[in-house]
This record gives sequence, structure tokens and C-alpha cells, in this order.
Amino acid sequence: MLEFALNAGRGSFHLQIECRLASEWTVVFGPSGAGKSSLLRLLAGLDLTGYGGVERARIALDGHALTDSAAGLRLPPGWRKTAMVAQQPALFPHLSVMANVAYGINDLDRATRLTRTEEMLALVGATDLVVRRAQHLSGGEAQRVALARALAPKPRLLLLDEPFSALDGAASDGLLERLQQWLRANRVQTVLATHDVTDALAIGAEVLLLREGRLVAQGPATEVLSSERERLTRRLNPVQSFLPE
Amino acid sequence: MDWQALTLTLKLATVTTAILLAVAIPLAALLVLGRSRWLAAVEAVAALPLVLPPTVLGFFLLVLLGPRTAFGRGISSLLGHPLAFSFSGLVVGSVIYSLPFAVQPLVAGFASVDPGLVDAARLLGAGPVRLVTSLLIPLARRSFLAAAVLSFLHTVGEFGVVLMIGGDIPGATRTLSIVLYNQVENFDYGAANRTAAILLGLSVVALAAIYLSGRPHGGRRA
Repeated sequence: MLEFALNAGRGSFHLQIECRLASEWTVVFGPSGAGKSSLLRLLAGLDLTGYGGVERARIALDGHALTDSAAGLRLPPGWRKTAMVAQQPALFPHLSVMANVAYGINDLDRATRLTRTEEMLALVGATDLVVRRAQHLSGGEAQRVALARALAPKPRLLLLDEPFSALDGAASDGLLERLQQWLRANRVQTVLATHDVTDALAIGAEVLLLREGRLVAQGPATEVLSSERERLTRRLNPVQSFLPE
Repeated sequence: MDWQALTLTLKLATVTTAILLAVAIPLAALLVLGRSRWLAAVEAVAALPLVLPPTVLGFFLLVLLGPRTAFGRGISSLLGHPLAFSFSGLVVGSVIYSLPFAVQPLVAGFASVDPGLVDAARLLGAGPVRLVTSLLIPLARRSFLAAAVLSFLHTVGEFGVVLMIGGDIPGATRTLSIVLYNQVENFDYGAANRTAAILLGLSVVALAAIYLSGRPHGGRRA
């Protein structure tokens, strides 16, 4: 269970959201500039309370406080059992794929680290990339490896910031299905930010609809995004939308 | 050729560069990764030797390290001799004087590392030491080389600070730049030419190494 109450501003932008998320998958949906990435960065602990204009923040995961500005608490990003994959995969370019995936599990013994790395690369369908340098990967390959790297430490919360934009054929090779199964088996709660209504509808999760930093709706994807689906349909079939029903 | 002065100069530059890198790497990382507003003041102090006349810096250090201050007396009783007019005193002066030449290339190099990579490493549990050793130094290794070479060369060529703190003691504080000054003062232009040529050669070779290390095969427009 992820709970958060945020009142954060930076420049002219203000994010004011209070929410409780219990479902395995939550899609944060909204147009560019709605505050999706800002929300994910605050949840990950990358933007700090008391810095960058954050006025008030309280974030708790499974009842454990990660951030509580009133109590002066802010766990560092690496202590929150939270993983994040952004649109840009941000792989360490000087390291191999293997070293990238193993970066967050260096506290495990060598054999376990190797097994976990292979398991994660198999999950994202990137076993054949193991000896490649990160800087030589295509956008889609890099995104798969970034996902494997984020999952390797077995986080409790996974934050995905439009990560599927570069993943060609993610659906066709069963990546989404395998990922959902693995996340369920390892009890990882997932929050996916997207501005793509088809992504949001495909996953069929609970949806938070953001506009200009505010939560305007919360509920099942089919309900919250019905108007967005109509708008998308009109855009895809501009002639039909002008014909009488 | 004053081989003793050449050896002393190279020894001073090597020791100073080693200390400077040990000090400048954590300082540059703090300046790039830290978020406190006070770091602007730290950065200003670290850059001060760039604009301060070397003789002024040398004078302050001479007073600070001498018997007039408690600090100078404390150091003197600890070491058994005053720092002023000693090789150790020269090292202290050189480290302070060349500090910006080590810090600024490292700050520029560390700051050029994609912040997304730093965020990714922090999310994966990297603390400050691992961030620097596994990410910033490997990705900014040209800056590391530039900091080392600039610190070394700046120390080799320093004159004002050396003269104020060290004076001109053969084998202890007489560096090549002091030798060159003495040769010119004695109208020994032949010897001065040779000394100046060594200082010039050292600079050209070291700078060429920096530029060669960053030049892609086939040139920049390839």
C-alpha cells in the first residue's frame, strides 16, 4: 500500500496530491506537464523535501514512512526499496550489461549476484546482450536492460516513467505479461506514468488522472479514461466524428 | 644545469599533485553533488588563488606559518622546525596556490556527467564514495588527467609563493624558477635560456598529452 500527501512547488508549477494506492498496478495518466514525472521523482526521493520548493511531503510504503517533512524524515533514494525506470534508460555507459544489472546488488555474494543478473536479463528478454557494452545498445535494448537493473534488487515499489516508448515489440514478445507475473510473484507495487491512453488502457489498472499538478480523477481505467478514449477515437477517425450517428 | 633544483622541482610538483588530487576529488564531488547554499562560499574560497597575487598569498602563508601566530608556533613545536623556509612549507604553499587548477577541471568534468546516471546510481543504493569511484571518476577521466597535469605544471612554474615561503635554499627550497631568476639577475643568459627551455619543454609535452588523450582518431571533424 502506497500512501502520499504532497504539496510541492517549483517555479510556477505546483503539485498538490493526496492519495492512497492499494492495487498492484497504478497508471498515472495526464498530458505533458501535468506533473507525472515530478510525482515519481518525489516518490523515489530524488527531489528533496525542503529543497527545490517542496513545502510538505508525506510518503509511506506498507505503513513505513519514507518521507515525512513534518518529522524531518527523508530516506535516501537507495534506502526506500524503490526502483525507477525513466524514459531515458540512463545505463552506465562505461560498464557492460552484466555490470549494469549487478550494480544495485553488490551486497550479495558473487554466485547469487550472477544468478539474479541472468534471471533478470531472461525476464526482459535480453540474455543475448550480457557481454555487450551499455553504450553500444539500441534504445529498445537499453530500456530492457534498465528494467532488469531496476528489478535486480527486488524493490517493493517500481516507478515507471513512460519506459515503454522505446520498447519495440514489448507486447509481442510477452514482456509485459512476464513482467506483470514477476511483479505479482515478488509483491512489487507498480506505478506507471504515461501520457499514452493506449498504454493506460492496455494495462487495465487503477488510473490517477492528473492535470496541472492536481488529481482530477481516480478509478478503473475504463471509467477514468472513457473521455480520453473518445477523444483518441475522434482523432484517429476525424471524418467519422462529424457523421451523424 | 642545476640538477639539484630540477630534482627538487619535480619532487615538489609530484608531491603537490598527489596531495591536490586526494583533496580535490572529494571537494569537487561535494561541490557538484551537494545542495547546500554554503557550497558557493566554499567554491569561492577554493578559486581565490586564481585571482590573488602569488606574493600576497605567499606573504599571508609566511605570517601564518611563522612564529608570530599560534598556528605557526603549534606546527613548529609539532614538527620540530618551522614550516617556513622548508620543503614541507613549500608543499603547503603549492597545494593552496594550485588548488583551483585541480578543483576546477574536476568540477567541470563531474558536472558534465548526465544527472540521470547519478540519479540511477543513487536509486540503486550508491553512497557518495561509490558515486565518485564507480561513476564520476571513470566518466570524467579526461578531467582527472587535466587536473593532474595542470596542478603539476602550475607547481613547476610557480615563483612568487615559493620565493616568499621558501626563499632560496639550495637543495631545500631552490626550484627551477628561482634558479632562472638568479641566472637572469646575474646576466647569465645562456644558462637562463637552458633553464627556461626545460620549463617550456615540460609544459608543452604535458599539455600535448592532455590534448592527444581527448582527440578522436582522424581529428575532431572526422
